[in-house]
Amino acid sequence: MSALTSPPLPSDDKRWKIVNGTMRKNGYARHALIETLHTVQSSFGYLDDDAIRFVARSLRVPLSQAYGVATFYHYFSLKPPGKHTVTVCAGTACYIKGADKLIAAAEKRLGIQQGQTTSDGQVSLMTARCVGACSRAPVLLCDGEVSGEMSREQMIEQLERWTVE
Amino acid sequence: MNIEELEQIAEGVRQENAQYDYEVNVCMDLACASQGADKLREALVQAAEASGKKVLIRRTGCMGPCSHGPLIRVDHADTLYRKVNAGHAESIVNSLGGEPVPELQCDLNEHFGSQVRVVLENAGYIDPEKIEDYIARDGYKALLTVLTEMTPAGVVHRITESKLRGRGGAGYPTGLKWGTVAKASGDMKYVVCNGDEGDPGAFMDRSVMEGDPHRVIEGMAIAGYAVGAKKGFIYVRAEYPVAVSRLTTALREARRRGLLGNDICGTPFSFDIEIRLGAGAFVCGEETALIASIEGKRGTPKPRPPYPAVSGLWSKPTLINNVETFANIAPIIRNGGKWFANMGSERSKGTKVFALTGRISNTGLIEVPLGIKLRKIIEVIGGGVPGGHTFKAVQTGGPSGGCIPAEMLDIGVSYDALMAAGSIMGSGGMIVMDDTSCMVNVARFFIEFCMTESCGKCIPCRAGTAQMYTLLTRICNGTATMDDLELLENLCSTVKEASLCGLGQTAPNPVLSTLKYFRNEYIEHIVNKRCPAGVCSMETPVEVLA
Repeated sequence: MSALTSPPLPSDDKRWKIVNGTMRKNGYARHALIETLHTVQSSFGYLDDDAIRFVARSLRVPLSQAYGVATFYHYFSLKPPGKHTVTVCAGTACYIKGADKLIAAAEKRLGIQQGQTTSDGQVSLMTARCVGACSRAPVLLCDGEVSGEMSREQMIEQLERWTVE
Repeated sequence: MNIEELEQIAEGVRQENAQYDYEVNVCMDLACASQGADKLREALVQAAEASGKKVLIRRTGCMGPCSHGPLIRVDHADTLYRKVNAGHAESIVNSLGGEPVPELQCDLNEHFGSQVRVVLENAGYIDPEKIEDYIARDGYKALLTVLTEMTPAGVVHRITESKLRGRGGAGYPTGLKWGTVAKASGDMKYVVCNGDEGDPGAFMDRSVMEGDPHRVIEGMAIAGYAVGAKKGFIYVRAEYPVAVSRLTTALREARRRGLLGNDICGTPFSFDIEIRLGAGAFVCGEETALIASIEGKRGTPKPRPPYPAVSGLWSKPTLINNVETFANIAPIIRNGGKWFANMGSERSKGTKVFALTGRISNTGLIEVPLGIKLRKIIEVIGGGVPGGHTFKAVQTGGPSGGCIPAEMLDIGVSYDALMAAGSIMGSGGMIVMDDTSCMVNVARFFIEFCMTESCGKCIPCRAGTAQMYTLLTRICNGTATMDDLELLENLCSTVKEASLCGLGQTAPNPVLSTLKYFRNEYIEHIVNKRCPAGVCSMETPVEVLA
């Protein structure tokens, strides 16, 4: 690796060192692209252009490929998340038990579509393909915390708590 | 490490456990954890300390009937308590050594009576973060036996003899696959475990990886020896953070004990495993797409042949099996291929784990011998449909599968019977629907899923699923004509025949199977503009004011 110069860190934010750590652990191999993007997302919450560019240059991957990967996989987000995130599981078991109604109710209450964040940056509304808690459908993740057998009222109550913060 | 040392570790665990008078296993799997299992465990620990009784309180993986959670199992009587919360801790501890707490006992004898546990044999009995617990239940014995007493060909023979078929869905004979990779030439080969459980409504693999991670690792190491690979990858969904952390711990423990790494237990065999995270793409469950993803690329499939067994990861021969397939390996080695082949039906041997969910009383994980009647799963193990509703269909195989109606409940669950019924075995999701579900809407749900998950590489899948979705939406909102239905059927066969990979080839299955068994519901939507289940909201025709 010594012959190749690593690109400078995009800023003096310490989190870039964590990102660099993942790449170093994988010997700056090109196949570490997805792993590295995971580290970026877990450190920063999303992938911005600077991050994708930095990772692509560090791993000597064409920018098109890095951008392609970042947009191909649903798990990666190119937009910063809100302060809180509510994720409605839209897996089959949750769908059978009315997850679509939960999504519609959340969209109405927050005034946004799924995948969006409220304009004050307070709440993001996401859907998940399946979180594997099917036996407790319909399932909601409030900031990553799983709650099962959710009613519309319980969900709205949670959203109210966040929006008045 | 050798068999004697393994036995010493197991003996150590037994001696340690013997210091306690009672054992309480607390299920910490997602469903129970989301209902306060952690607080319950803490309360039990405190109650035990206060009582002065010697109680071993162990956190375990999924015990099965999640709808009754939080669950705990009190040994030695093997009593299962349901709906337990922290407030019950004291009375539970007080009852140890005496009569069980009556209000917490559950009558699930019928639920468990029809099950046979092979893959889930340790679930609910071991702490997944303790390798010693696994070893105490015969863990890694199969690996050491294989390394010291069997040839690679002998291992492949035993797996072939067991007639185990791939548990990922397609049911390819595992022994045949192993044999192909073993015969492939090349100094570098890989073993890949497919833990990308993308099928919505299925969580068996998550439970196995979280509740008994060493079982997967042992299976992979045995596979590595059999096919001549030194390196393995476990590809896990990023949506399963607990599985990732449990596997990471398990790998570290296995390395520390010399069960992974160089020259495992003094033999020339070296093998190690790395974890690779998925990033939310259903198509990555397809083996060539999964390989592309491990290589750090977009998960798009490639035409086969060449099959991964010949040219897979970085163009090297690669063995790809599902989590549950690997989880079956150690018991087959320990008990023999014939033992496994004695369970199950004519062409589907052994047991299968299913995630039973939807409109059914006992939701959760079950493991049944293949060939069991679907009716028995629904009515006896599942406890039937609750709330006075009537059973309508059971969906198996996820977005690649189909819906099986009430009149077909007497078929035996096997790869071939499910295929003949227009569905597939799939990875093991089993979602029960009652009269509140609209089958056209269900078909639309799955097509929407396949449309969004289509990788876009081949046109039949990319454009076909989108068109099918449009047509199904029209049927659901009452604006379709009978011509649309014909077009939908034609599209089904185009997408099925012309798509590149399994995702597209099976995407029409939910539509085809509902058309086959619930055609009247389609007609009702189209002709009478009415949704029999009352799910779809019909667009009211715009009346022209004269």
